[in-house]
Amino acid sequence: MSSATASVETSPRQDADASILKRLSLGIAGRLVIIVPYLWLLFFFLIPFVIVFKISLSQTAIAIPPYTPVMDFSDGISGFLAPFKELSFDSYIWLTQDALYFNAYVSSLVIAAISTVLALLVGYPIAYGMARAPASIRPTLLMLVILPFWTSFLIRVYAWIGILKPEGLLNQFLLSIGVIDDPLIIINTYKAIFIGIVYSYLPFMVLPLYSTLEKMDDSLIEAAKDLGCTPIGAFWKITFPLSLPGVIAGCLLVFIPAVGEFVIPDLLGGSRTLMIGKTLWKEFFSNRDWPVSSAVAVVLLMILILPIVYFQHVQARTQERGR
Amino acid sequence: MNSTWSRFNIVSVVLGLSFLYLPIVILVIFSFNASKLVTVWGGFSVKWYGSLFHNQGLIDAAWVTIRVGLISASVATVLGTLGALALTRYTRFRGRMLFSGMIFAPLVMPDVITGLSLLLLFVAVNLDRGFVTVTLAHVTFTMCFVAVVVQSRLVSFDRSLEEAAMDLGAPPVKTFFQVTLPVILPAVISGWMLAFTLSLDDLVIASFTSGPGATTLPMKIYSQVRLGVTPEINAACTLLIGLVTLGVIAASVVNKRREVQRRRDEQAAQRA
Repeated sequence: MSSATASVETSPRQDADASILKRLSLGIAGRLVIIVPYLWLLFFFLIPFVIVFKISLSQTAIAIPPYTPVMDFSDGISGFLAPFKELSFDSYIWLTQDALYFNAYVSSLVIAAISTVLALLVGYPIAYGMARAPASIRPTLLMLVILPFWTSFLIRVYAWIGILKPEGLLNQFLLSIGVIDDPLIIINTYKAIFIGIVYSYLPFMVLPLYSTLEKMDDSLIEAAKDLGCTPIGAFWKITFPLSLPGVIAGCLLVFIPAVGEFVIPDLLGGSRTLMIGKTLWKEFFSNRDWPVSSAVAVVLLMILILPIVYFQHVQARTQERGR
Repeated sequence: MNSTWSRFNIVSVVLGLSFLYLPIVILVIFSFNASKLVTVWGGFSVKWYGSLFHNQGLIDAAWVTIRVGLISASVATVLGTLGALALTRYTRFRGRMLFSGMIFAPLVMPDVITGLSLLLLFVAVNLDRGFVTVTLAHVTFTMCFVAVVVQSRLVSFDRSLEEAAMDLGAPPVKTFFQVTLPVILPAVISGWMLAFTLSLDDLVIASFTSGPGATTLPMKIYSQVRLGVTPEINAACTLLIGLVTLGVIAASVVNKRREVQRRRDEQAAQRA
C-alpha cells in the first residue's frame, strides 16, 4: 500500500498509519458497495415474497381491502408473530377445487413451451445468418435486432391486433391474392398468443444464440467437411451441439416470462383463452380477492423456481467463463 | 465465423428482420390515415397527432411516465452499478449466493408476481399508492438489468489500472471515479437507457403499484386499447417509437465516436 514518495517524506510510523487508514476506508467503501444494493433487494424483492406467502395463508375476510395492516410491527416481534397463529389454507384448497386454476397453469406451461420451440425455430436461422454475415455489417444487424426490443412491448402487441383481426390487414392481403376464400380467425385464439409471444420475445432468443454462434471456430466445420461430412451432418454434429449454451439461455429467457405473460393473452387471446397471468390479474383487479391471487402467485413461483434457479446457474457460469 | 454468407443466410436474416419490423411499420403508416378505421386507408392526414395534443389525460400520463422513468432509471443505475461492482469485485462474502440470485431472478420473473408482491409490501408498510410507489417498484426491477449490463463490462476490465492508481496513492473512492468509472461509462449509460425504456414500457408492475393521480402512459394506452384500435393511439405509439429510436441511434453514434477517439488516443500513445 505504501507509495514510494510517501515513504521518503514520512516516517515509517506515519506510513503504517496511512496504510491502516486506507485499508479501513477500502473496507468501508467495499462494504457499502455490497450493503446498499443488498438491502434494497432484500427489502423490495425478498421481503415482498414473504408477504405474498403470508397473505396467501390468511383468511379472505382479513386481507380484503380496506387495507388491514398485514403485519403489525408496532408490537415488536409478538405483533409480527401473531398473524401466524391464524394461518389458513383456504386459498390453496380453493385453487385445487376449481378446475379453472389447474387448467390455467397447464395451458400456460403448454403455451409457453410451444412458443419457445417456435421462437427457437424462427430465431436460429436469423442468428445463424447474422453470425455468417460479413463482419462489417454484423454490428448493424445486431442493432436492428435489438431496436424493436427498445420500443414498447405494449405497442408491439397492439400492432398485431390490426393485422390479425378478421377484417385486418393479413386477411385483406390473403383474400386479395386469392390464397383463402374466407377470412382466417386468428385473433382471440391460441394462435394469436403464439404469434404474439414469438414476436415479442424473438430478440431474447436471437441474441444469446448469436453470441455463441459468432464465437464459433469455423475450422471445426471445415475439418468435418474435409473428412467427408455433409454440410447438414456437420451442422447437427458440430454447430448445433456447440451452440447449446445459447439455445438453453435463449429458451429460458423466452419460456420463464412467457408462462406468466399477461399483456399478450389479454390483448390477442381474448376472453376464451386461458393463461395464469390473466387469471391472477382478474382475481386481483376484478374479484379483489387478495389471498387467492397471492396463492396463485405462490404456486406459479413454485412451478417456475426450478427453471429460474437453472437460469441463474447458467448466468453465473457464463460470468465465470468471462473472467 | 467467417465463411461465406450464403443465399439461405441472407434470406433468413431479411425475413427475420421484416417479421420484426413489418408490424411496427404498418402501425406507423396507419397513424397517418385520414379514415377513422385503422385497417382501411383513407388518405394521408396528420389530424390524429393534432387531437393527441388536446387529450389532456394522455399528456398528463406522459408527464408522469417521463418523471417516473428519469428518477427510477437514475437511482437504478447507481444501485445496479454498485451491485455489479459487488458481484465482480467481491467473490466471497456472506450471502453472495442470495445476492446474485436476487440480481438475476428479476430478469425473468413474471411481471404479475413482481407487481403483486411489491403492492402487498407497500400496503404492509402503509405507503400510499401513487407516484412514489411506482418509482420504487421501477427502481427495483430495472436495477437488475443495469447490474447485468455493467457487470458484463466489468468482467473484461483490466484491474491493473486500478491497482496502479492505488499504488500511486489514490484512495479507493477516488480511484473508482477517476479510473474505473470513465472506462465503464458506456456500459453505465446504456444501463441507464435500458432502465429508462423498461420503465417507460412497463404496464403490469405499474398497474399493481400505482394509485390515483399516477396513471402512466402504458396504463392509459392499455385502457384505450381495450376499447378498440384507434388511429389516435397509433399516433401516440408512433411518437413513442420515434423518441426511443432517436435515443438509441444518438447513443450508438456517441458510443462509436468515443470508440474512434479511444483508438486514436491509443495509436497516439503507441507512437509516443
